[in-house]
Amino acid sequence: MAELWTGYVWPTVIIVAEIIAIVLPLLIGVAYLTYAERKVIGAMQLRKGPNTVGPFGLLQPMADGAKLFLKEIIIPQGASKAVFLIAPALTFTLALVAWAVIPVNQGWVLANINVGVLYLFAISSLGVYGIIMAGWASNSKYAFLGGLRSAAQMVSYEVSIGFVMISVLLCVGSLNLSDVVHAQEKGMWFIIPHFPLFIIFYISGLAETNRSPFDLPEGETELVAGYMVEYTAMPFALFFLGEYANMFLMSATITTLFLGGWLPPLHMVPFTWVPGVIWFILKVCVLLFGMLWVRATMPRYRYDQLMRLGWKVFLPFSLGWLILTAGVLEVTGWLPK
Amino acid sequence: MSFLDRVARDWLLTELFAGMAITFRYMLKPKATINYPFEKCLLSPRFRGEHALRRYPNGEERCIACKLCEAICPAQAITIEAEPREDGSRRTRRYDIDMTKCIYCGFCQESCPVDAIVEGPNFEYATETRAELMYDKAKLLSNGERWEPELAARIAADAPYR
Repeated sequence: MAELWTGYVWPTVIIVAEIIAIVLPLLIGVAYLTYAERKVIGAMQLRKGPNTVGPFGLLQPMADGAKLFLKEIIIPQGASKAVFLIAPALTFTLALVAWAVIPVNQGWVLANINVGVLYLFAISSLGVYGIIMAGWASNSKYAFLGGLRSAAQMVSYEVSIGFVMISVLLCVGSLNLSDVVHAQEKGMWFIIPHFPLFIIFYISGLAETNRSPFDLPEGETELVAGYMVEYTAMPFALFFLGEYANMFLMSATITTLFLGGWLPPLHMVPFTWVPGVIWFILKVCVLLFGMLWVRATMPRYRYDQLMRLGWKVFLPFSLGWLILTAGVLEVTGWLPK
Repeated sequence: MSFLDRVARDWLLTELFAGMAITFRYMLKPKATINYPFEKCLLSPRFRGEHALRRYPNGEERCIACKLCEAICPAQAITIEAEPREDGSRRTRRYDIDMTKCIYCGFCQESCPVDAIVEGPNFEYATETRAELMYDKAKLLSNGERWEPELAARIAADAPYR
């Protein structure tokens, strides 16, 4: 009995507690990202944004959540019911599951696996399925076209994201995300030597999460709302949360790969007093603010421009940079052992 | 040289960052929003809102049932029936405005020789049913009583320009 307790029950309780410790702040963050988006874009358009529900409108996400929760779930007549309902759940789950390998502080990681980057890449590729399934199961031409566009877009930009990641990993010599941060502790943040890659990764990240200016899958002028056009109430909310959780995930990935994860900007006294997790959150917030800022600034890309940018600009450039990085590391003998 | 210049601009994303700088500057500017239910816009004295039928200070209704407003109404929203009152004066028996037809052109108040029908400053009269928007004479007269101080002030303010 004691063995059962110490061997199975206790570790399970700890793992569940750890999962909640990651997911709960993340969900609250997602809720307040929607609020922040409305406030920031409102401010940039000289508006106020939500300011009526609670002080400064701070309870607006709760009100929105309650509204979506209480609404009726409408399933279109021709829809494939099971797939229609699985798709949003899949999108949302995948956006949360990827957080297992993100190190938010020294040693604060749910699964410190040695193929963290591969895992992250696999999960973000799986995200396409949720959208394809939603587009197909809705049995609606707008949803279908939106789903196809989204899939094509995510696949295209994953290629350049992959090459960017490889360039960074060459400088690390490990696929473990904690090692990626430790490598930046010894040297410098990878944003300094790899600045163009940082920009490419950031823009690709916008395309990967279907954010403006690459939000073609939801281009309202032509596709109404793309793959989510038939969704209502909670399934819609799951897509919505999934999109914002993906933004968080993308920002966390960029933070880990380029901005030194939980590391303070300088190894000096006032900076090292602040715990690493605060630095991590701050960096993620700055990147997220950038995403909102871009949305308030840029008009939407045309579809062929989007594909041209992905395949004809980012892919050759990141490939060339990869060769350059490999060459420099080989010639100078800086290649990590 | 101009080619190099263009390529450098393209690759350094200068236009992109210039645009971002503009939105950032706008973010710090004061907001243009008027917090509507709590704050309201200034209305011109000529603002054409909800209709009202006015009375003279002694309580006599102004409308003399000349039906000019009914005749000029381009949306044919006004219906008037008239008959002599017991004292022999010509007055309306029925004065209806279909607010769902009205286009708020203000021709009725322009045509009125006695300033009886006016469009007041009120624009917050949304209703829950369509039937409530079929205004009759009683409703219009009660509007007149409710808004009379403002109606008189508006007419006085606009008088010098007529």
